[in-house]
Amino acid sequence: MRNSIRIGAVAAASALVLAACGSAPEEETSAEASDDSTMEAAESIDFKACMVSDAGGFDDASFNESAYNGIERAGAELGVEVAEAESTAESDYGPNLEAQVAAGCDLIITVGFLLGDATAEAAAANPDVNFAIVDFGYEEPIENVKPMFFETDEAAFLAGYASAGASQTGTLGTFGGINIPTVSIFMDGFLAGANKYNEDMGGDVSVLGWDGTDGSFTGDFDDQTKGQNTAQGFLDQGADVVMPVAGPVGLGAASAVQSAGDAWLVGVDSDWTESAPEYADIVLTSVLKNISNAVFDTIEQAAGEGFTNEPYVGTLENEGVGIADFPEGVVPEDVVSALDGLREGIIAGEIEPSTAG
Amino acid sequence: MSDADASRDKDEPKPDAVDTKAPEPEGAGGATDPSDTEEQSRSQSVLRQILESSTLVVVMAVVAALLIAGILICFADEDVRTAAGYFFSQPADMFSAIGDALGGAYSAIFQGAVVNLQAESFAGFIKPFTQTLTMATPLIFAGLGLGIGFRAGLFNIGAQGQLLIGAALGAFIGFTFHLPFPIHLLLAVIGCALGGAIWGFIPGFLKARTGAHEVIVTIMLNYIALYLVAYLLTREAFQREGSSNPISPIVDESAQYPLLLGSQFNLHWGFILALGCAWFAWWLMERSTLGFELRAVGANPHAARTAGMNVSKAYILVMVIAGAFAGLAGSAQVLGTEKVLTTATAGSIGFDAITVALLGRSRPLGTVFAAILFGGLRAAGPTLQVQAGLPVDIVLVIQALIVLFIAAPPLVRSMFRLPAPAHEKEVAA
Repeated sequence: MRNSIRIGAVAAASALVLAACGSAPEEETSAEASDDSTMEAAESIDFKACMVSDAGGFDDASFNESAYNGIERAGAELGVEVAEAESTAESDYGPNLEAQVAAGCDLIITVGFLLGDATAEAAAANPDVNFAIVDFGYEEPIENVKPMFFETDEAAFLAGYASAGASQTGTLGTFGGINIPTVSIFMDGFLAGANKYNEDMGGDVSVLGWDGTDGSFTGDFDDQTKGQNTAQGFLDQGADVVMPVAGPVGLGAASAVQSAGDAWLVGVDSDWTESAPEYADIVLTSVLKNISNAVFDTIEQAAGEGFTNEPYVGTLENEGVGIADFPEGVVPEDVVSALDGLREGIIAGEIEPSTAG
Repeated sequence: MSDADASRDKDEPKPDAVDTKAPEPEGAGGATDPSDTEEQSRSQSVLRQILESSTLVVVMAVVAALLIAGILICFADEDVRTAAGYFFSQPADMFSAIGDALGGAYSAIFQGAVVNLQAESFAGFIKPFTQTLTMATPLIFAGLGLGIGFRAGLFNIGAQGQLLIGAALGAFIGFTFHLPFPIHLLLAVIGCALGGAIWGFIPGFLKARTGAHEVIVTIMLNYIALYLVAYLLTREAFQREGSSNPISPIVDESAQYPLLLGSQFNLHWGFILALGCAWFAWWLMERSTLGFELRAVGANPHAARTAGMNVSKAYILVMVIAGAFAGLAGSAQVLGTEKVLTTATAGSIGFDAITVALLGRSRPLGTVFAAILFGGLRAAGPTLQVQAGLPVDIVLVIQALIVLFIAAPPLVRSMFRLPAPAHEKEVAA
């Protein structure tokens, strides 16, 4: 026993030593590197974009992460300098914003309604720094804050309509993480879409988990087991399409749907055939919410033509929201062709994609 | 009663009073005789060992935690990893990369938590330290309450829930009623303490009457508090007009702690109240009859009962006091820094406060210093991320390492070759 530990230690040590035997970069390379950096500097813009997460952190597999991907892409493609600060608690919001202002950020993007007050406060204290906030709008516009929000019900409406068409059992299910407007807007659009299908196609499709004002929520955005249980509950009640609006909790739902075998899943935020490829075969479609693109565009605009505080509203029209492609032959042809008309109707404002209207 | 006393203490001078108890000898926490140890339950003896670890061990634990964090910082640093790849051809590169990484990290911690050497004005220079004190305020409150519980033998994990309920009640008073300044603030502060006290009473009562273990009950009550607040925030009474986001209106200015050093700094009067509470906690535990009883119950509940003390009453009282302190920690959030109630109001304060209380050896002065240390680590988070580009998780790792070392005094002693205290030697022999 003791010998094997010794041998293991020797092996580990020699591995470390060998790993450290790589050749040093030549002096030249450092000269080259500086050349590179001057070349990059020619490309890169003198602009610093920063981001503060909410308490969920950048690895939340939800909107913080989407926003983070957006700013990372801006750093890689636009040549702007980027910096991020992750908040671990509410009391971090103000200090994180202050630190980024002090670090000379030109544009600071905050993620989520929880940062609404802190962002407004920082914006008032630093009128020469620009801010943008994801998923939140102010009642009174602030001169140096650009709100960014998404009419996700427009896309969820289409997904609900298509799901109703694809359903064999005539029952759909949806649940959320926490009952907040940015979550329930998905569920409401989904329900409205299913109702529209009943109206147009004379179907009798019901939606479990959302009745227009309240519904099923797992209570957090972490616990996949709860997602699995909730989805299983819907499946047991005959649902064959489930839309979880709960970030990573939705993966639990996906595993329940996959083991059921004859049911479908509607992904949210990103295209789940790409973000969760292990479940690609059960994804009917995904309700896309392109936070990442919106963040990228906002940075591009601020670094290029200049910052405006005009709200960014992601819609079907500007492709800030949308739905992903269906797998072959699951959604009936007449439903697919009806979707184009609906899309135009929503863009034109003729169709209200929520149950309230 | 703690509320009334606490607010009365607000303006009294405290530092001298607190200082007098600083050089407390080992194991002098009342009726703690080593020979009793075997008779006590295991958890209590572990707890007591932690409490009795000497100040030096605590300091060395912090040093060791910072050193180990340094190793992690090196691993996390990209330049160091690159340079390590060709260590044998150019060892100097790696050492300079390590130097840069560590220098950057430690200077970011220093500049984020103590003073900013690059600041142009005096205000900017001392701002980090005021921020540290601001961050420390809720930890002082909650740590004091937990410390009293620990010394009475109650391992209260429920500060998180007590804080949230206190914050909810205080914030509700703060944004619903519109009263003139001192009265409104006073009512809101009392509301915070009351909310916490109620949430602390439940496990105390259950322990006293049914013997339900306080660890389990308080953990469960944390969940109940969180979901209760989440539910309240879906009700109109707790939401802003015209919005259905789960975030409360901003607390009236008349119910907010006034700023202590003017509008440039976030430091508020809650900090002074926290120091007052520290004095009160010291007085309660060291000078009052009640405190003596609580310590006796903590040292040996059977002996205390035999001596004619009401152990049930002591358990309930301790939990109520601890809850009130935790509720006041909530006031530092909703009436001080955040000014709104959300489900994230408590952050991880309730759990950090456990570490703070253990680090401070459950003594008020120690708790204040430990809270300032943790407040400093928290305050350094933004500079660490923005200036040094390090993940904020490093701060959590340092905190966790401190806990680890505090929980294992012999480890720290052997690392730094410190002599073991007398009673431990006896046990070893």
